[in-house]
Amino acid sequence: MSEKKKDEFLNDHNHDGVDRRGFLKCMAWAGTGAFCVMKGGVLNSYSLSRISEISTADMMGELSFVQISDSHMGFNKPANPDVAGTLKAAVDKINALSNAPEFMLHTGDISHLSKPEEFDTVDQILKSATPKDVFYVPGEHDVLNDDGKQFLERYGKGSKGGGWYSFDKKGVHFIGLVNVMNLKAGGLGTLGHEQLEWMEDDVKHLKKSTPIVVFAHIPLWSVYPEWGWGTEDSAQALAYLKKFGSVTVLNGHIHQTMQKVEGNVTFHTAASTAFPQPAPGKADSPGPMKVPAEQLKSALGITDVNYKQGKQALAVVDSSLA
Amino acid sequence: MRRSVSIAGLVAALVLGTLGFCTGQKSYVASAQEKMSTIEVKIDNFSFGPVTLTVPVGTTVIWTNRDDIPHTVVSTDDLKTFKSKVLDTDEKFSFTFSKAGTYPYFCSIHPKMTGKVIVQ
Repeated sequence: MSEKKKDEFLNDHNHDGVDRRGFLKCMAWAGTGAFCVMKGGVLNSYSLSRISEISTADMMGELSFVQISDSHMGFNKPANPDVAGTLKAAVDKINALSNAPEFMLHTGDISHLSKPEEFDTVDQILKSATPKDVFYVPGEHDVLNDDGKQFLERYGKGSKGGGWYSFDKKGVHFIGLVNVMNLKAGGLGTLGHEQLEWMEDDVKHLKKSTPIVVFAHIPLWSVYPEWGWGTEDSAQALAYLKKFGSVTVLNGHIHQTMQKVEGNVTFHTAASTAFPQPAPGKADSPGPMKVPAEQLKSALGITDVNYKQGKQALAVVDSSLA
Repeated sequence: MRRSVSIAGLVAALVLGTLGFCTGQKSYVASAQEKMSTIEVKIDNFSFGPVTLTVPVGTTVIWTNRDDIPHTVVSTDDLKTFKSKVLDTDEKFSFTFSKAGTYPYFCSIHPKMTGKVIVQ
């Protein structure tokens, strides 16, 4: 009951974010001149002089970001002759979210044919999204013809090797992985030895209470190997994350939402903003699924992710464009 | 685009029975008697058709992408004998096999798609 009251108060954006009951309690503990904020059940105190430095989100102790995927700029066949239009609709949806996302993840297949103008168009459209920072990982359509050189030039600043990297936001550790390079005949997605070694090192010294978000294009679990929907050496990557209490894996590639929970790992794939693909085995091949025009937008979508400090799991919510 | 065949070649093809020119066929063997210098492999539904193609030395194989998704044709032998650029719908890639041997290949974008050309 009191938990619910706490949450209600924290969501009240009209006030200054101070839980007055909690403040008095905090005052009793911390002495005078302390400003206390309840973040997901944990009391944090600040000196009053620092109030102006603390943003609303900081006071809320929340992290909000969006995942989009598979924009395939340049695709122009059924069921979607206008992938730029549906990407714009996705941006409108993002801009309308009540919890303004801080940044976006794009889990690859930004372009359809790795053409410069295709990347340019996506960059242009994403400029009108409220979240200005976008973190990318490549899809197989982004590294055609040049082994990913163009992708790395555009989006790979600060990344290692084939474009992998990590960063931290509000205590959450994000790891961007590349599993679309050096694909072997008859095989699935692949991370490779160098990247795995980097990843092992990257997470080695993190506290096990650190929430982890891994994002990569091809699913890191075996969705449907017959169609190449899986990553050969993902088990090794997941082994490095075994100690963590909360791991969220965000993927794309399959153009439909799917979720799987395995212990402390939640796997999730996003919808495309360009075209849907059939459910595993429900068609001859994983090509674009033709749907009637009026149903297209309901088969495309974005993913909204929210995290509250103190809570283990991230809340992952898909919404279609219509 | 069908390459022209001699009547004898057509009869030979029919005699081979179930191996007609449709997608999904598994293998096709071009006999030495057939006077064809080019032969087509259709790419459709995330597969190469025929999957295994046997041709005489000197044949030019033309891959045509009939799928609504781009594909590539990349050989996987040690010498990396041939490698197409990305083929969008209706684009073609051709290679003339001047040496006998077995040439496995795949689509580098969708590695589950594999095929083989056997040159005799």
